[in-house]
Amino acid sequence: MSDVDLTATADEGLVRPNLQRQMFEGRAIKNNLLTVLTWIIAILAAIPLISVIYMLLMRGGTRLFGAGFVEVLTALPPAGFEMGGGIGPAIVGTLTMVAIATLISVPFGIMAAIYLAILGPTSKLATISRFLAKVLTGFPSILAGVFVYAVMVVNFGYSPWAGGIALSVLMLPTVVLAAEEAIAQVPQRMKDAAFGIGCTRTQVIWKVVLPTGLPGILTGVMLAIAGAAGESAPLLFTALFSNYYIESLSAANNPTASLSILIYNFSGMPFENQIELAWTASLVLVLIVLVFNILARLFGQPKV
Amino acid sequence: MATKPFQQAGSSSTITRPPSGGERATDSMFRGIAYACAGLIVLLVIAILWQLSKEALPAIAEYGLGFWYGTTWDVNKEIFGVLPEIWGTLYSSLLALLLGGIFGIAIAIFLTQDFIHHKLALVFRTIVELLAAIPSVVYGLWGIYVLIPIIRPIAEWLHETLAWFPLFSTDLSGPGLAPAALVLAIMILPTVAAISVDAFRRIPYKVKEAAYGMGTTKWEAILKVMLPTASSGILAALVLGFGRALGETMALAMLIGNANQISLSLFAPANTLASLLASSFPEAGAVEVQALMYAALVLLLITFIVNVLGLAVQQYTVRKFEGKK
Repeated sequence: MSDVDLTATADEGLVRPNLQRQMFEGRAIKNNLLTVLTWIIAILAAIPLISVIYMLLMRGGTRLFGAGFVEVLTALPPAGFEMGGGIGPAIVGTLTMVAIATLISVPFGIMAAIYLAILGPTSKLATISRFLAKVLTGFPSILAGVFVYAVMVVNFGYSPWAGGIALSVLMLPTVVLAAEEAIAQVPQRMKDAAFGIGCTRTQVIWKVVLPTGLPGILTGVMLAIAGAAGESAPLLFTALFSNYYIESLSAANNPTASLSILIYNFSGMPFENQIELAWTASLVLVLIVLVFNILARLFGQPKV
Repeated sequence: MATKPFQQAGSSSTITRPPSGGERATDSMFRGIAYACAGLIVLLVIAILWQLSKEALPAIAEYGLGFWYGTTWDVNKEIFGVLPEIWGTLYSSLLALLLGGIFGIAIAIFLTQDFIHHKLALVFRTIVELLAAIPSVVYGLWGIYVLIPIIRPIAEWLHETLAWFPLFSTDLSGPGLAPAALVLAIMILPTVAAISVDAFRRIPYKVKEAAYGMGTTKWEAILKVMLPTASSGILAALVLGFGRALGETMALAMLIGNANQISLSLFAPANTLASLLASSFPEAGAVEVQALMYAALVLLLITFIVNVLGLAVQQYTVRKFEGKK
């Protein structure tokens, strides 16, 4: 009784477990099937991107990389059955409005981020602002257009300013949240050292925090610019569209062309030439967005 | 020999000194500006709400709650109702969420659960991020000239063989719900994938080790341990992806067909609140603008609720894993 044979139970009652992996055991089959399924899904998910890039290069690239690329990049859009033409005004318009949006949203955004990250991170205002900034990132972009329409267009008419301000409403939360994160990552020791030699908070922020956090802030700004350049819904009824170059930056009734609205307008036209230009404009737009995305990545890389 | 560090530090040439009066003044001014800028975000949201409500007020007074369940949008008779648009918005977003959600979560698992070498995973992540970088109008253009021609024969076949099934009860005559929902799914996939990847990354490594240690297969560990642990983060990803889908405008305006009708069929043209705004606003008269402002307010309310819900779930997840802050 006292000396129990420990191996006996295994021999009598249970089959010794086989710890070897079984290829055709139910759970192994299930495992492999799911793995295959995941691979299929991952490959399927890459197809749209490849297809979009292929179409952009094939249909948009013929014009852009062909002999007439100067015409495409500078000429006015064609009318009706006209051949040739280009997207010059739209490129200038998009760049102008994105520049306006950047000039508005970056200073305000970085100042707000300074408050959120350093001056009062736990204050009531900061909590509310941070939350609302997050809510605004998921805000439908067309509502920014509706808002600016109600505030500006009704009073002053369509203008690059209205378009730029609508874009800045969308850029602001992105800039604020990215800059806050970048600023919050500046080590406390550096700030303490600066305070220790008698710096005011302003001096600490200007001379220590902002230079140190700059790469992260720039990454956020570049991503916000990339997003704004591709936006179209907020421009639909703030900048409207125009076939001509911007002549002045006056804010009164001055409709402005943009790449995204050009694509939207031309996509539904029954003329082959216009559709071709829509693809070319898409390629240019994607390239602009891509440049800012790459810049964001370059700035984001830690130095050494 | 001659260096006397302590004496030097104690002398008047030290860099340590209290801030001067001018510096104090600059400081308080600068802080004031920063405070104002943080307040600006709050003011902006209030201004948006106030402005839209003000513009929509005549329409709210005129149509009241009937606006929400009215089914006609007739400018000439001045009858406005957005039920077909609300239906179209929710239906297209739900379809997109179903597809984009499955793909997004699968990709998050693919990227985080050691399916591929981590350098390859980085390449794949970049691909998914690029999907998010492509502008909405470009997807719209792609949808018109690539996606619709591809799915049209499939839709025709489904309609001919399974016409009794409500989802396939109409023919795809060009733009419609199916291409719109597909493009929408592609557009929300990066959002869902990115937030889900974060959710999986938050799980401590030892959780997976423990599961493997008990002899689970890779997928048993994923399905029974990793997914339930990451579930709240994935829920946040789905809700925020849904919020993205609700507000998406241009691709839908180009692909959904802008027809004010309520239909279960995947191939019928439909309309969404955002694309109604995009297509009607530029040419709208004064009365229609008021109705459109009301529609904008409806869209704002729906997306606001969904986004706040999503953020709340996300914050709950962060607290759960990082301890209460």
